Amino acid sequence: MTTPAPHFYGLGAEFSSASSLMTAAEKVRDSGFRKWDVYSPFPIHGMDAAMGFSRSRVSFFSLIGGITGLTTAFILIYYTSALNYPLIVQGKPYFALEPSMPVFFELTVLLTAFGTIIGLLLLTLMPRLHHPVFNWDRFKRVSDDGFFIVLEAADPRFEKGASRRFLEELGGSHITEIFQDAEPQPHPARAEAQGHA
Amino acid sequence: MRADNPASQAAFLRASEYLDRKPLVSGKRSLAWITDHVCRIVEQPAPVWWWVATILTGALAALTPAMLTYLVATGVGVWGLNAPVAWAWDITNFVFWIGIGHAGTLISAILFLTRQKWRTSINRSAEAMTIFAVICAGIFPAFHVGRIWFAWWLFPIPNANAIWQNFRSPLLWDVFAVSTYFTVSLIFWYLGLIPDLASLRDRAKTRLRQMAYGLLSLGWRGSNRQWTHYEKAYLILAGISTPLVLSVHSVVSFDFATSIVPGWHTTIFPPYFVAGAIFGGFAMVLTLLIPFRELYGLHDLVTDKHIDNMCKITLLTGSLVGYAYAMEFFIAWYSGNPYELYAFINRATGPYWWAYWAMITCNVVAPQLFWFKTCRQNPWVVLAIVMFPNTGMWFERFVIIVTSIHRDFLPSSWGYFSPTWVDITLFIGTIGLFVFLFLLFVRFLPMITMFEVKNVTPEADPHHENGHETHGHPSPSPAARAHA
Repeated sequence: MTTPAPHFYGLGAEFSSASSLMTAAEKVRDSGFRKWDVYSPFPIHGMDAAMGFSRSRVSFFSLIGGITGLTTAFILIYYTSALNYPLIVQGKPYFALEPSMPVFFELTVLLTAFGTIIGLLLLTLMPRLHHPVFNWDRFKRVSDDGFFIVLEAADPRFEKGASRRFLEELGGSHITEIFQDAEPQPHPARAEAQGHA
Repeated sequence: MRADNPASQAAFLRASEYLDRKPLVSGKRSLAWITDHVCRIVEQPAPVWWWVATILTGALAALTPAMLTYLVATGVGVWGLNAPVAWAWDITNFVFWIGIGHAGTLISAILFLTRQKWRTSINRSAEAMTIFAVICAGIFPAFHVGRIWFAWWLFPIPNANAIWQNFRSPLLWDVFAVSTYFTVSLIFWYLGLIPDLASLRDRAKTRLRQMAYGLLSLGWRGSNRQWTHYEKAYLILAGISTPLVLSVHSVVSFDFATSIVPGWHTTIFPPYFVAGAIFGGFAMVLTLLIPFRELYGLHDLVTDKHIDNMCKITLLTGSLVGYAYAMEFFIAWYSGNPYELYAFINRATGPYWWAYWAMITCNVVAPQLFWFKTCRQNPWVVLAIVMFPNTGMWFERFVIIVTSIHRDFLPSSWGYFSPTWVDITLFIGTIGLFVFLFLLFVRFLPMITMFEVKNVTPEADPHHENGHETHGHPSPSPAARAHA
């Protein structure tokens, strides 16, 4: 293991299509890399398996949200209608399940949605203002039609020369060193990226 | 299956050509073309028609706060409603607008769960429409309470009277249903926007745009570690929005159905209201999308197939609504309840007969034209036809609400409702507000979900390239299992 300069983030490579990206991802997975990622303009069906991911845990947060919502609704209705100020309205019971159902349902849905969005933000570490990959000019195409793999220098298997060769073997092009901070050298790539649009 | 003789082969070819699915993005467009074509709407200087339309509808939208200010300053008596018609245009407009929203959620959630891929190019604008429609809807019940400064009593906040909201009342259920619907629709819409906002950020030429879209896209970078959670979150939101959209209009219908008013007290209301909401909503989606598709040249993304599909849904739901009208009438007779029967005969032949027959013509008769392919294929004919449901669904709510209460059980409490100029101007104001917000939306946000449209192109299929399936089922490696 080499010790790269502290501001060095990793090596990025561009791929020509979703299918070549997926083939490459499978090989990176099989080589045992842990700190790496695949970037694409849209979610690619089967990429989770190609990267060796297990199921997303967002649903856990949704469940917590849903349970909280239902509990809140129950406590809210029961406390206000039957405990704190019981009031006979139209001869109906203070508390009954039937008229409580709509509010039970709505608050369950509402807090499930909150749970889901909180879970998503926590698991994807969003929002964040910056990320080293944004220092790579070609990376702007990720939200257009670019497909990328970035191997992080922090991975124990990372070794600058060998990893570069590995990305080349996988069929990656425009292999670029990505840095943590602002770009250390002026960019010929910038003109290229703009010429693309 | 195929026989060897040439005649049956020719027949087979004809049949397969006929059955062949049309591509969802026509013209074999590339991924970059999709990004460019959608982002251009936001990036290029606004066309003249946009300024004209925005200023015009903005002026109309200004009527909304003007009328509301006048209402609050003067009193709720400036509206035409009075005993016995205590619910009139305000509640009609509320139900009308909230119903419009339902098509957006149907497209974004129900069509997503049923894997209807054609939804991808229309869901963004339909969801935006939902949000703007719910905003317009919320105005009416809030001001209908009369003393708007006490509107916070709708929410369970401890107050000086020390009493709580009545959770046994459908009106309170409505507060929860509508506010949940608005919030969840907004979250769902924003979630869908994040990757596309990142596209706008990455293409931004000015610092301001880069900052604005950069902050809004929350640092999205399209990494698969993000996509995996993103897709799950999207699926869950679609899953909960599906029963939610069905519940909202059901709860709205409870406002009427749980009363004892003849004409309101019917068990058919929840499904009937939901079908009507989807019907009116799809008509509004078509009304908005056909002109914008023309103005921005989006024919390859919002194809004739999309319009055709939406026409078919309009036909289906319009016919469901027609069935509900017939069934209501039948039950009114079959129930043997003279008040119930009178309420319905009064609807069709009483002083509001014109509203009833406008409703039948617009909602039941007009959509039947969509049985004909020629009607579904010409967008301008479609646009003309959907104007009928747009009008008819407003009349439906007016008929249900006003005709049922204008003749109470005793003839001494009979009345006739006529709107005042404030009623009319306020309604026009909300139409202006709705279109104004939509115009702002198409100007500042991507009106087509780029990443989802890209996902339904052939290029997005990881087995597409080279034609052979080299990695049809990527098997998890030992390393991957170790991760799990």
